[in-house]
Amino acid sequence: MLILRCPYCGVDADETELAPGGEAHLKRFGPGSGDDDFHDYLFTRENPRGVHFERWRHAHGCGKWFHAARATDTLQVFGTYPAQTSEPPKEVLALIRAARPGWSWREFA
Amino acid sequence: MSTRIASHGRLIDRNTTVSFTFNGKSFIGHAGDTLASALMANDQMMIGRSFKYHRPRGLVASGAEEPNALVGLGTGSRFEPNQRATTTELFDGLSARSQNHWPSLEHDIGAINSLFARFLPAGFYYKTFMYPRSFWKSVYEPFIRQSAGLGQVPTERDADTYEHFYAFTDVLVIGGGVAGLQAALTAGRAGAKVLLMEQSAHWGGRAPVDGGTIDGAPVEEFVEQAVSELEAMPNVTLRNRCMGAGIYDHGYALGYERLTDHGPAQPGPRHRLWRIRAKQIVTATGAIERPLAFAGNDVPGVMLASAMRDYVVNYGVTPGQRVIVATNNDDAYRTAITLHEAGVQVLRILDARNSGGGPLMSVARELGIRIDCGRAIGKVKGGKRVTGVSVCAQEGQGGALEDVACDAVAMSGGWSPVVHLWSHCGGKLTWDDAHAMFRPDPQRPPTGADGLGYVTAAGAANGALALDAVLEDATVAASAAARAAGFKSKSVAPPQGAASPEAPLEPVWLMPRQAETPLRMKSWLDYQNDVKVSDVQLAAREGYESVEHTKRYTTLGMATDQGKLSNINGLATLADALQAEIPQVGTTTFRPPYTPISMGAIAGEARGEVFQPIRKTPMHDWHEAHGAEWEPVGHWRRPYAYRRPGESTHDAVMREVKNTREAVGMLDASTLGKILVKGPDAGRFLDMMYTNMMSTLKPGKCRYGLMCSENGFLIDDGVVARIDDDTWLCHTTTGGADRIHAHMEEWLQTEWWDWQVYTANLTEQYAQIAVVGPMARTVLETLGGMDLSKESLGFMEWRDGALGGIPVRVYRISFSGELSYEIAVPASLGQALWDKIADVGAAYRIMPYGTECLHILRAEKGFIMIGDETDGTVIPQDLGLHWAISKKKEDFLGKRAQERSHMTDPDRWKLVGLETTDGSTLPDGAYAVAEGVNPNGQRNVQGRVTSTYHSPTLGRGIAMGLVLHGPDRMGELLEFPGTDGKTYTAKITDPVFYDKDGEKQNV
Repeated sequence: MLILRCPYCGVDADETELAPGGEAHLKRFGPGSGDDDFHDYLFTRENPRGVHFERWRHAHGCGKWFHAARATDTLQVFGTYPAQTSEPPKEVLALIRAARPGWSWREFA
Repeated sequence: MSTRIASHGRLIDRNTTVSFTFNGKSFIGHAGDTLASALMANDQMMIGRSFKYHRPRGLVASGAEEPNALVGLGTGSRFEPNQRATTTELFDGLSARSQNHWPSLEHDIGAINSLFARFLPAGFYYKTFMYPRSFWKSVYEPFIRQSAGLGQVPTERDADTYEHFYAFTDVLVIGGGVAGLQAALTAGRAGAKVLLMEQSAHWGGRAPVDGGTIDGAPVEEFVEQAVSELEAMPNVTLRNRCMGAGIYDHGYALGYERLTDHGPAQPGPRHRLWRIRAKQIVTATGAIERPLAFAGNDVPGVMLASAMRDYVVNYGVTPGQRVIVATNNDDAYRTAITLHEAGVQVLRILDARNSGGGPLMSVARELGIRIDCGRAIGKVKGGKRVTGVSVCAQEGQGGALEDVACDAVAMSGGWSPVVHLWSHCGGKLTWDDAHAMFRPDPQRPPTGADGLGYVTAAGAANGALALDAVLEDATVAASAAARAAGFKSKSVAPPQGAASPEAPLEPVWLMPRQAETPLRMKSWLDYQNDVKVSDVQLAAREGYESVEHTKRYTTLGMATDQGKLSNINGLATLADALQAEIPQVGTTTFRPPYTPISMGAIAGEARGEVFQPIRKTPMHDWHEAHGAEWEPVGHWRRPYAYRRPGESTHDAVMREVKNTREAVGMLDASTLGKILVKGPDAGRFLDMMYTNMMSTLKPGKCRYGLMCSENGFLIDDGVVARIDDDTWLCHTTTGGADRIHAHMEEWLQTEWWDWQVYTANLTEQYAQIAVVGPMARTVLETLGGMDLSKESLGFMEWRDGALGGIPVRVYRISFSGELSYEIAVPASLGQALWDKIADVGAAYRIMPYGTECLHILRAEKGFIMIGDETDGTVIPQDLGLHWAISKKKEDFLGKRAQERSHMTDPDRWKLVGLETTDGSTLPDGAYAVAEGVNPNGQRNVQGRVTSTYHSPTLGRGIAMGLVLHGPDRMGELLEFPGTDGKTYTAKITDPVFYDKDGEKQNV
């Protein structure tokens, strides 16, 4: 029963208010893309024991999608931010680097 | 014999008697008794039989850890199995019965298992019931089912009510012993909002029983003062009979409050589930004494030493008159001293330590109690009751040095902190070699959203067993918790506890250390699941090295007590067998709830009518009044058919179909999803959402569209109407409205967030009525107000206007192949319009029809239904819907996926019609068999039925199905074996069975 702050309405939302949406910052591959790229886009996902970037929807609240940077092992939340971005905010990345030196996730480190 | 004694009994009221029954026999107890203490007072030591071997079992413990004394409590609609006698407060009229025996507790046929115990070792079921394969269903499973299971299932609906309660607090303190009270005082005085929960009815835990002083006064005085100070604090809430059941992510915790179990006549809910959000949690959950593993340690009369002390001090009952105490630590001496003071004869203290104990040993010796050091119990004698023990050397193999007759045995293997709640959400443990116990590792607590610990263990739960250490530890823990929650506590010295110092314990995991096989086969680790030392050793020999695997193989710790007594002994036995250190073997996972909680409490108020909300259309009541049989569709209820007096459901459906085809029918289509999509980029957006082109649709026109997921699979369909330049209204399936709206929002918000589009789910804002059939236009023209002629409103067009004075939007669309109008009105006018249409239509034989008629009408026309023809693996191409997939668009959701090799495989099953050769109706979901068998010996298949109905229009069965190369095999016959034993033969046909040219809808 996590609590995540919705970056739109500012509510500290209980997990029962939220709907999970899997990995964040996926790059969409559409028509014209190669089989491997498209396969990875559809099916390949990170599954870290550590910091992960996730999509959540404030489904029983304002209805907005947002992202969360959350450690799957300690449940620490490094930040939540609007989904209208293709990369995590710099301040969130800085927090993670400070807490976990040498950390990396996909192309981010 | 066990009996009530004249002294002690601090929790009972000897002036109030309470009557109750056990297995139908009447007994008398006192107010303040537990069921366990009252049974003991009546010399009823044998309370049940064990699960596997049906061995006689009695009380072992005095609290939540009790493994044996499980009873069926109550009768009829208030019957509940597996209730612990030790935590059941006695009340007048209580009715209990014992479990796991037939025909009676005293005489039990199943006890024969005990004679075969050597043939029923760990893994017996896994090894024995493997072959022959066919025996599983007919022989093995019925046998196991008959003998398995703990207690009996209630046969009546639960008559009690339950509720949930939401609470928010700064500091949650779990456990109301002296540690919990001191923690609550410390946090409360600091100004934090505190919730203190105690699972039993009494504050103070076991400290008042164990003795000692706090600030020079008896412990009970401290408890009384602490409770009254806490009660006076406005920022503190106290709840007894409320167990901390579990700790979860980010400070979420569950409390389980038993409100009326101790007095069922009281009004109000029986249990209350507290759903708590705490900034900080202090677990002051105490410790549990460990049994010793010696042969016959399960014979009724063998008890934990601390439990025996509890029964004497709290309830004034003794389990026997001549007691032997076996121990590896000093604490059990307290039991010997207490028993002696109560007038019970203590024959021996068998101290496994060669050097014996500390000051408490001297006290016992001065009282004249015989103490034998380096001694152990070789074997307990007796079946339904202890009759004696043979004494041996702890370092030996069990050779008897002497036999001593006795009627009760107190055992103590040391103490294990209750680390369950600490561990529930990831708190780690550390092995304390000096005390031979796992205790919370303060460096690795459960962490919250800020990455910092939010649980602190206090007192005995933290490994601080001595009274002075308990109080100091609780003060430190609660100060830290209050500080972490934002409250600074004044530095006040904790109260000074004083208790007799103790000599170190010596770990004893088997008694005697070198016990021979026959003894190990009678040395129980897990009483409730009948797991012995020999079982764990067998598992180790068979290669089970992981404690989690050993647990599952032997069932150690898997019973309803979750191994509260057996866990540490079991893993120490495993470590010994593997010649590993205990911390290397580790513990199994502690999972909530701490003790079983009722299903009622979990459900709370959510049962019966309020279990789930039901969505009703504006015309719901009318349907109800006109014979509707309801069909659940999502949360909606839709009429399946309207039965008339004397009609079967089938008759009603047939009548509705015929009437709609021949005259006119009306359907409540309000549940269909209606999603408004608006904005400068709305057309572009819908071109991505649908497989076909929506941006080119002209205002005033409608188009049928398909939606696919990014994986290419068909997820929804419906008619899209263009309202104006930048507005579209998308109809979805009934079940799909919320899902599709969310799907649109997901793509808009997370992929194309720079597109200017808004969506709104208007499903409930409009009622929608379909008027369908050859007379549809006539009915609506009679109602009057709009020109609905072919020229004015063509097929797949819509117009705003008024009908019978009601503002409407009329869509000329058809899901039946008939002349058909769907009329949308504001929801508040739905019933009025429905009534007008029904009134005017009566002259033209209008009848309402339900969902089954709708299905038959669409199937006769070969229209697909999402959820019938699709199942999440079907793409539009499978259904012959190429015409609805744009070839001009560069991109839409699913386009790339539909180019993948598996999606373009010519062997994908394709949609066809199926006609039985004899006119019968194919069974739903039946498979068409092919030649040969697959590697599992099952018949190969080449297709399956997706929709099947009896068509009254055609007078025979019609079906659709997905068939290998189906469209290329028109006229071929397929065989469909049914589950009824018959095989159906059907011919592959075109899926459009009726009015192939679409003339009827185009008039």
